[in-house]
Parts: sequence; C-alpha cells; structure tokens
Amino acid sequence: MINIFQITKKYESTTALDSVSFQVDDGELFGVIGPDGAGKTTLFRIITSLLLPDSGKVMVNGLDVIKDYREIRKITGYMPGRFSLYQDLTVEENLQFYATVFGTSVKKNYDLIKDIYSHIEPFKNRLAGKLSGGMKQKLALSCALIHRPQLLILDEPTTGVDAVSRKEFWDMLKKIQREGITVLVSTPYMDEALLCERVVFMEKAKILAMDSPQGLIKAYSRDLVSVSADDMHRLVVDLRKYPDVNSALLFGHEVHYTSRSGRINKDELINYLQKERHNNIKFRKIKPGIEDRFLELIS
Amino acid sequence: MNDKQLVISAKGLTKKFGDFVANDHLDFDVFQGEIFGFLGANGAGKTTAIKILCGLSIPTSGDINVAGYDVYTETEQIKSNIGYMSQRFSLYPDLTVSENIRFYGGIYGLGWKEIKQKRKKLIEKLGLVEERNGLISDIPLGWKQKLAFSIAIMHEPKIVFLDEPTGGVDPVTRRMFWDMIYEVSESGTTVFVTTHYMDEAEYCNRVCIMDEGKIVALDTPEELKRNYHAQNMNEVFIKIAR
Repeated sequence: MINIFQITKKYESTTALDSVSFQVDDGELFGVIGPDGAGKTTLFRIITSLLLPDSGKVMVNGLDVIKDYREIRKITGYMPGRFSLYQDLTVEENLQFYATVFGTSVKKNYDLIKDIYSHIEPFKNRLAGKLSGGMKQKLALSCALIHRPQLLILDEPTTGVDAVSRKEFWDMLKKIQREGITVLVSTPYMDEALLCERVVFMEKAKILAMDSPQGLIKAYSRDLVSVSADDMHRLVVDLRKYPDVNSALLFGHEVHYTSRSGRINKDELINYLQKERHNNIKFRKIKPGIEDRFLELIS
Repeated sequence: MNDKQLVISAKGLTKKFGDFVANDHLDFDVFQGEIFGFLGANGAGKTTAIKILCGLSIPTSGDINVAGYDVYTETEQIKSNIGYMSQRFSLYPDLTVSENIRFYGGIYGLGWKEIKQKRKKLIEKLGLVEERNGLISDIPLGWKQKLAFSIAIMHEPKIVFLDEPTGGVDPVTRRMFWDMIYEVSESGTTVFVTTHYMDEAEYCNRVCIMDEGKIVALDTPEELKRNYHAQNMNEVFIKIAR
C-alpha cells in the first residue's frame, strides 16, 4: 500500500527525516513508534501529500505523492494530531461536510462508521467545539472514514488519552482494519506497538528498526533482570554505581538492570546490594518487553 | 507519613459549573515530601481540582487549605508558595534558556543576585552551558521539560504541581525526569503529579484515582494492587475506571 524510499526532509538547520525507507502492506495495521520530535508528523504529512520531501520517493497504492496527489487524497483518510474539524459546525454538519467534499454521502457509507458514530449521534446537534476530548476523537475518526478510504492515517490519536479510552480506541482500529482498510498509526506509547502487526521505531529523524513486535523483542541481546527492594529510589542509584552496570531503569515497581558485559552474575550483584544495606531484595531474570528493546536501541 | 506536616488538606471540595458537578465532595490530605499521583480518565475532574489547589479557581464549597493558606481568601499567598508545570504550557519558546530562567525568577519575586546564582547552578546541573543563549524552541522536548521543572521549583516552593509532565517524552528522558522528582521530594518538597503512563503511577507514594468528579480510590500503589487483585497499576486503573 505504501512504499517509502529514502525520504529526507529538512527545516532550516533541523533534519526532520533522514533517508527514511519502509513499506506498508495492503490491509496491515502498521505502527510508527517514537517520542515527540522523532519525525512522525513530518513523515505522515509527506505520505498524505500535504508536504513535499526534499528528496526520495513515496508511492501510495502505486501513485506518486507528488504527481498524483489528487488521486491519493481520494483514497486516504487522515486524522491529524491536532483536532482540526470545524468547531463552529455541529457534529452532524461536520460529517456531512466531509462526505460532500469527498463526493459521497453519509448514508452511503454509514455502515462503516456506525459503531463509532453511534456514540456521538445523540449529540449530533452540538457544536464540535463543545464536545469532550473523547467525543471529538470519535467525530474526527468518523469524518476521516466517511469516504471509505483504502488507507487510514492517524497521527498520535491516543496522546494525552487515559488508559481506558486508549484501549477502546485500539479496539476501533482493529475493527476498521477488518473492513479491509490499511491503517497507519503513530504513537509515543511503547506498549501500543504490541497492538500492531508491524512497527518501525523512530528516533531523531531515523528508523531504528522495523519488524513485528515479537521480532523486535526477540532481537534483544542482553541478560535482563528485574530487581526490587524496599527503597526503590536508593536501589536505582546504587545499581547505577555498580561497576558492571550498563543501565538501571525504573519500570513501574521494579528496576530493569543490564550489564556492560551483557551477562549478569546474580550472587555478586546481590552481595553488593546487601552490602549497601538494601532490605527485601528480589531478583529475577525476565524476558524483555518492547520498551526494553527501544531503550537498548537508543542507548 | 502521619508524623509529617500536612501541606494540602481538602475536606468536601466541590466545584459546580451550572448543574454540572466537576468535583463532588473530594476529601484528601497530602503530606510534606510526598509524591502524590492524581489519576483519572479525561474529564474525570482532575484539571478542575488542580486549578482550585493552585489558587486559580474558587471552589463552590468545602474547606481547602494549601501550603497553610485558604483557597478562598489567600490565593496570592498560595501562588507564591507553589510551583506549576504542565505539558502544554511551560516556557517561552521565543526567549533563550537564560532569559526564561531570569523571567520566571523575577515572576517568583527573587532578587537579581539570587537569580544569577541559581541560574548558573541550574544551567550547569542540566548540562545546558552551551545552549544557554539558544532559543527554547531549538532545544529537544526532553530537555525543555527538565528545564521547565527546574524553573518551577526555583523559588523553593512547598508544593510543585506537575500536570502530565512526561507526555510524549522518550522513555529514557521520562525516567530521568522521575529521578528529578525523587530528588525534589527527598529535599522536602511535595510533588503533586498527573500522568497517563500507568508505570509512573507505581513511582508515587500514594495514588488518588478520580472518576466522574469523585475520588474512587486513594492509597499506596501496593495496597491498590492488593485490593484490586491486580499485577500492576494499569490493571487497577482499568478495573476502577470501567
């Protein structure tokens, strides 16, 4: 569906994208994972033909984003990171407006958006600007889908959204994918990578890795242990002073520890922590998660 | 924690907007040096409560005291005894690092000599010596957030409010940010923090979870996990907010 070949984009002295290449297959749920400033939004603007790359080539469904931008816009639905519907139109008016712009009608494609739109339909006469955050998001998604696009692109739809609403939103994306629509989504939440079929990790304008979430985790190369003790903050500080330390990072109620040599000697490490007077030390070897892999790649 | 000094006391905190009850009789205490996590779904009423605690909005009813001052009559005293930082608003992008520090120092009422001393220490500590005369808009988000936090506590407030301080920040910087939070709390400043990252909820001494304007849970992460038979705070949150 999408073929990106060595695109580079600079804004004055900042390089937003540095020779980025990857492909997204038809019908895939594909994630672009990376922190703010990694280049995700620039990338999406280029794919949606809203911004021109300095160099490189992007094809969407066999169409060139520069030459064939009109055709591409017809088959693409785009939900930008910032709410960009008309705040002074009602919910229903926004939906009708988008349907008309794309030369279709709400009625024709209603079945596609029904599950999402039915949540906000009771408020169809309310101005879009007066909706809550969650409802705005559902309306924006309905508007991006109303012309039944082949490709749906969502720029950080879950940023600043609570854990429960995030889960609901991903359920909606899975449903859209089942309708045969290719979904390309970006997120700064590492855990959401697990919900995609394939992902790229982006950081500082570059692609660090591309694979299935399981493939990314498999590539993790070090011993990884989880350590906890009564005083967690002091534990992190002491682990970082340990001679063989590579990283000691808090993960919820435990510390994930890796060594420079890659291997970890349990007895020596526990001895050291006991000498530093830690109580209730717990130590176990663990399997890495997706965030461990990201941290390994950027360190 | 009970032997420690109370820095926030809220009894029956209620805020209505017309018929809508944004905060419905909230009762909670926060102690000196505590890291207090304030969680809840979007629209649960967190921002409304924070605005009241910062002296920016007057509650409809309730007895609320922040840093020893009353939220109805002593809002100016509250403002000078707290620090505030959010993801959305922190520093002026068109001022330099150095200028931002000077500006906020002035706002917080510090003398020029004191500002200069603190500025030097702060810039060195954050490793921003070379960037000191660069515009805020040119420095990476992670550094910006660390700088914004340092500035928010520059006047040594009793409490610092952090409203989603780590949103969108990369996983390494996010953890470095929490190192700073621990450091500040150890020096005796209370940290009142909101976040959507549930692993960060584990780093708090106590966590308060709001739903539809009410407090539905308030305890240490360990107790919450035990009571809700959950492996981690994410499970607790999903069980409560559903």
